[in-house]
Amino acid sequence: MLEATGLGCVRGDRRLFTDVNFALSPGSLLQVQGPNGSGKTSLLRLTCGLLAPAEGHIRWQGASIRSLGEDYFKSLSYIGHRNGLKEELTPIENLRVTSGLAGTELSQQEATNVLGKIGLSGREHLPARLLSEGQRRRTALARLLTCKTSLWVLDEVLTSLDSSAVRFVTSLIEEHLNKGGIAVIATHHELDLSANSYHRLDLAS
Amino acid sequence: MFRWIVVRDLTLAWKGRVDVLSTLFFFLIVVSLFPLGIGPETYLLRLIAPGVVWVAALLASMLSLGRLFANDYQDGTLEQLLLTPQPLYLVVLGKGLALWLVSGVPLALLSPVLAIQFGLSGNTLFVLVVSLLLGTPVLALIGSIGAALTLGLRGGGLLISILVLPLCIPVLIFGAGAVDASIMGSGVQGSLSLLGALLVLSLVFAPWATAAALRISLE
Repeated sequence: MLEATGLGCVRGDRRLFTDVNFALSPGSLLQVQGPNGSGKTSLLRLTCGLLAPAEGHIRWQGASIRSLGEDYFKSLSYIGHRNGLKEELTPIENLRVTSGLAGTELSQQEATNVLGKIGLSGREHLPARLLSEGQRRRTALARLLTCKTSLWVLDEVLTSLDSSAVRFVTSLIEEHLNKGGIAVIATHHELDLSANSYHRLDLAS
Repeated sequence: MFRWIVVRDLTLAWKGRVDVLSTLFFFLIVVSLFPLGIGPETYLLRLIAPGVVWVAALLASMLSLGRLFANDYQDGTLEQLLLTPQPLYLVVLGKGLALWLVSGVPLALLSPVLAIQFGLSGNTLFVLVVSLLLGTPVLALIGSIGAALTLGLRGGGLLISILVLPLCIPVLIFGAGAVDASIMGSGVQGSLSLLGALLVLSLVFAPWATAAALRISLE
């Protein structure tokens, strides 16, 4: 259960939004929309605890995420609009390191299999800087296949993906929701998926 | 999980080994310039050796600090590190350990070869290596606070040195002091124990301060 009450965000001397409320139970999806600069990324970073809210609270399973600290991060996967990949490392190395840090150890073979599923066969041993933008995005998203977290926070994950990858990621999110996960997604794309409870939040209004 | 952060940073250091080597080369050049500039005055060289080697080590370790968090900050991996399900303290400690392994340790191991130019005896060379092995991790740990505070600022590299160098003065005094004492033939335990104490202190407090600074820098 993820709850936000009276959330407000100030960046510099600009007020991005005030009084944002949502409550997400297991299996629900929140799609955050709004024009550029309306604070979508800031809202997602607030949800992750990377940013402290100017006002309001975010609670996870009833406890404030600030007080939960690392316990909250155990159930959280965040993919930002920067992919969080090391350019010098290969997709295999990137995936093994990020999974290892998140607490899921992957062998070389397991990492290769996961990357195969997300359509990167044959590219596993190239440094990430030689990959195309879409392939880098796929490498970053490969983490979602290995993690056991119940809250996914995804920032513009569908940009620079081709249509087959968009379908794959959408089905991945759908599966996550069906298993009782929660997802908070900022995207301009229409998400073509069936969720039991599909919330939309428009930051422009 | 701690292992992964060390492995990651060591792999990255290996892939970008030009940076690591240039730090070592800087140390080598600075230390070698003094005997060349002063000439074969054995007495004078022996007198200034501890200070010269230690100051060069201090400056060389400043060079590698700028990269400690800046690259991770730019590609978004630092955000991911902040969100790992383990205390940020350990992440920072892991990064500090990796930094020390690729900058401090090679520097300490190279130092006796360079110090021969100053006519130091075998025993003193040994004390020099020990003092550097105790002192360079402190430099890395204190430096990481500066690196975290100046993250994302323009001219961060110079700012780190201005912030961190004054804090490193005790390390310099006791490090050079130990080598000095060895040259004079007096006891070195005092200075080395104090260096060890500084190491323990900075192991406890520096990662904690760095973690707090990182959270602020990333807001």
